Amino acid sequence: MSQVKLQQADFEPLHVEGKDAERIAGESTSYWKDAWRRFRKNKLALFGVVVIILLGIMSFIGEPISGQNYSENDLINANQSPSSEHWFGTDNLGRDVFARTWYGAKISLFIGLMASLIDLVIGVIWGAVAGFYGGKVDEYMMRIADILYSVPYLLVVILLMVIMPQGLWTLIIAMTITGWINMARIVRGQVMQLRSEEYVMASRSLGASNSRLMFRHLVPNTLGPILVTLTLTIPSAIFTEAFLSYLGLGVPAPKASWGTMSSDALSSFQYYPYQLFFPALFICLTMLAFNIVGDGLRDALDPKERK
Amino acid sequence: MARYLLKRFGYILVSLFFIITITFLLMKLAPGGPFTSERKTSPAIEQQMLEAYGLNDPLYKQYFDYLINAVQLDFGPSFKYDGQEVTDIIARSFPYSLILGLEAIFIAVAFGVFLGVIAALWHNKFPDYTAMVLAVMGISVPSFIMATILQYVFSIKLGMLPIARFESFAHTILPAVALASTPLAFIARLMRSSMLEVLHADYIKTAKSKGLGKRIVTYRHALRNAILPVVSYMGPLVISVLTGSFVIEKIFSIPGLGNEFVVSVTNRDYTVIMGTTVFFSVLLLVTILIVDLIYGLIDPRIKVASKGAKE
Repeated sequence: MSQVKLQQADFEPLHVEGKDAERIAGESTSYWKDAWRRFRKNKLALFGVVVIILLGIMSFIGEPISGQNYSENDLINANQSPSSEHWFGTDNLGRDVFARTWYGAKISLFIGLMASLIDLVIGVIWGAVAGFYGGKVDEYMMRIADILYSVPYLLVVILLMVIMPQGLWTLIIAMTITGWINMARIVRGQVMQLRSEEYVMASRSLGASNSRLMFRHLVPNTLGPILVTLTLTIPSAIFTEAFLSYLGLGVPAPKASWGTMSSDALSSFQYYPYQLFFPALFICLTMLAFNIVGDGLRDALDPKERK
Repeated sequence: MARYLLKRFGYILVSLFFIITITFLLMKLAPGGPFTSERKTSPAIEQQMLEAYGLNDPLYKQYFDYLINAVQLDFGPSFKYDGQEVTDIIARSFPYSLILGLEAIFIAVAFGVFLGVIAALWHNKFPDYTAMVLAVMGISVPSFIMATILQYVFSIKLGMLPIARFESFAHTILPAVALASTPLAFIARLMRSSMLEVLHADYIKTAKSKGLGKRIVTYRHALRNAILPVVSYMGPLVISVLTGSFVIEKIFSIPGLGNEFVVSVTNRDYTVIMGTTVFFSVLLLVTILIVDLIYGLIDPRIKVASKGAKE
């Protein structure tokens, strides 16, 4: 280490204006900026985001760039292995697996997003109202949720799928009918914690209405946990869709989802494993991506939980 | 304690009442009667069949009959299989599912706890990363895909284990592992974070400073407390194993209750659907009650009789 040469001048006090002395030198960060900074450091979660974006893009351009149609039968070319013409091969009706995979991506992602968004709306309103009013309202609302919750989720969905006509929206409705409860519980817990905060009292004393308090003040402050729950609901919705399709209760033909594709491929998977491989791979990849992004968001938004 | 139990039983009864009512109404709402999908029958015969199954009675009478019979654990005859009672179907197929389910629960808890402890003890080191990568994969790979992978690798490629059916212990291994994979991953993550929390607790420091060995501190002091969240996870675990059995039993051709339920769904065999649904719900509600009671026993800080015990 070299010796530092100190001079008399180094000990002169810096001349600082009175006002500047109190200035905070660092740029101020908000909650979201801070969260983004933490999230950005998480390479795995960023990878998940990239995967999700790629899957989203491919679900739109995948079918067109293959030059094939997802529903066109071509029985002469049935069960072909992957080739330059059919990149992922063809299925038992000669349909192009590559085109079907990306068409299926659109359906699977749409179901996942839609179901989660509906869960979000119902869950947030239910949870916010129950948590905000408390007392009897809370007790009755949560008792209803508890009873609905005591029947296994998939059982309810299957029962509903039995009685309703098969279709995309049926699937989404069946999934959301008890799916919102989880969100409602989380929002309720958060709102109950927050409702006695000073800023709520301040706003109330300025004459804010209950609905304004709930949806302008309380809900935005629970956005972190809501976002995490939303991200983690999407893979579970995609899983449920695949699960139901697997039992033959999914989207009806000729529509394809990853679940119906895996289900169709199962009977012949000893001979044509690639037919199962691609949809199964993308189900896993999508669930993996959403799960790690959800975990990453949780770590970023709630540093206390960090382990 | 007695009051608490009584209250819990009350809730169970109310829940069951709602479940029975809702399933009954749903099945009445279902399009098409139970005999419509069969080959064309003459109106006279159809009339007679409706008569025989009591489907001509007014709805409220059918409902009360069903309710009273359900209390006596009689869910009526199957509509599709002549001369078979729903109760018989459940009694015949449930043992398979029970064995499979218990095995899956055992695997999930044993390996999940093991992985979680390993990960916590080597926090932020190689074993931790390996365990957590395994856990994330377990959560991301749906059980039915896991089942197919296992069949492909262990039965078709390696020929080590039987691919389907349910005859010996070897037959149970693959389906149990497939069923256990997702809950196993959840338990591993749960165990890891709770173990990490406990390892930083003051009483662990005290135990260490008393000069106790690392092994005793870890297994006698830390593990016992860290395992509590896993006990409370038993409810979701049972649900996961139960619903997972629908596809797993189908894939492995196991004549269990899950498979029976799926078959009844595809057959639109309404009485079997209702019967199994009610049975599943009873099973679940009782399990959750037992878990809550056990929780109170092993963690004296939670008093079962107190108000906060339910959450």
